[in-house]
Amino acid sequence: MSETAFAPLSRKDMARRVAQDIPEGWYVNLGIGIPTMVADYVPASREVVFHSENGVLGMGPAPAPEDADPYLINAGKQQVTLLRGGAYVHHADSFAMIRGGHLDLCVLGAFEVAENGDVANWATSANDTAPAVGGAMDLAAGAKRLWVVMEHTTKDGAPRLVKKCGYPLTAMGAVRRVYTNLAVLDVTPQGFAVVEMAPGLTFEELQARTDAPLQMAQPDSEPGETA
Amino acid sequence: MINKIVRDMAEAMQGIPDGATVLVGGFGSVGQPDTLIDALIEQGASDLTVVANNAGTGRVGLARLMELGRVRKIICSFPRSAGSVVFEELYKAGRLELEIVPQGTLAERMRAAGAGVPAFYTPTGYGTLLTEGKPTAEFCGKMCVLEQALPGDVALVQAHMADRWGNLTYRRSARNFNPVMAMAAKLTIVEVDEIAPLGTLDPEAVATPGIFVDRVIQLPRTAA
Repeated sequence: MSETAFAPLSRKDMARRVAQDIPEGWYVNLGIGIPTMVADYVPASREVVFHSENGVLGMGPAPAPEDADPYLINAGKQQVTLLRGGAYVHHADSFAMIRGGHLDLCVLGAFEVAENGDVANWATSANDTAPAVGGAMDLAAGAKRLWVVMEHTTKDGAPRLVKKCGYPLTAMGAVRRVYTNLAVLDVTPQGFAVVEMAPGLTFEELQARTDAPLQMAQPDSEPGETA
Repeated sequence: MINKIVRDMAEAMQGIPDGATVLVGGFGSVGQPDTLIDALIEQGASDLTVVANNAGTGRVGLARLMELGRVRKIICSFPRSAGSVVFEELYKAGRLELEIVPQGTLAERMRAAGAGVPAFYTPTGYGTLLTEGKPTAEFCGKMCVLEQALPGDVALVQAHMADRWGNLTYRRSARNFNPVMAMAAKLTIVEVDEIAPLGTLDPEAVATPGIFVDRVIQLPRTAA
């Protein structure tokens, strides 16, 4: 790809950008990878309750080494803490929170998102040598809204925002909003609508890196509420 | 006098037949009943169907049971993880059947088994490879798939404390699948760190009441 003047967001900046859009009071599940980092950028003064599917509601950050508790982990199996007001539940109750529509938001990583909101994030072929899905399908189908945060293209430059997913689906029509290193886009009945772009990037340059046709969002649209 | 506390592992594992469906608690290594898994290896039952969130790591515990050829099929949500070498070897060699189930559907299928619900509809997994061929129907404007209850012959459970009636408490996120598995099996065997005198566990803190528990074994105390 030729030298360009725009500045793609770092992984940290992508996480920071997602965190900006999470209001106080929401119950939120964060997937593994960049989504996990989102919690680091929600200021402590804004009360957001993080849920981990292994039965933790009110999850806090990683402990100081001397406070590490082997019985308290997150879905990525990293040691975490419980905030004041937090609670433990068993797996069926934890997934009742997910599947029963009680979570305001789930943020997942993905391989591909299609313009109709289909998402593929668990397997890279139908004959994956050792597939694993975890809670992704429950989260994608059950949360009140699903946002995806991912690189705009693959390492080889292939688009990840596509007309139709090529990889096996996690859920159909589930994604409301996508945060990439190049742009924030809403999934609308008319396809992807660009909410904002990385500094210096033009619409044409963004479209060139996107398989699905893009349009500019209406300026007054609320975060991810257009679908 | 009701006393579900057994004296030794042989008594705890007695009567697990070949071909049994064994529900194994835990999420990764947290809440996983390692001592009972080792006892199952010792006990000898084979042709097992194992239901667990993960498919073991390294060459110990669940991975060891699989490596010994004692597991015919594994039902789990996330078999591939760091160090799941035995699973990957057996699966690639075609020596292990695998049923991947979305994690919440896995938990709910066992909860349903414990609650006498033979099947239920859920939107999770609709239109994906994991639900191909399952009956579908639309409810409240959402397309759903029919999932069946997943009962166990045996559940291997880890808890923190138990009394002689089999009431259980857990530690933080080590609770995970253990209570639903305890509900879903005909024979529920529990390893605990501590036995509490009857009446001393706070009834408000009991996460699994003894009605779901058949046998309890206390683990030897390890040096802190």
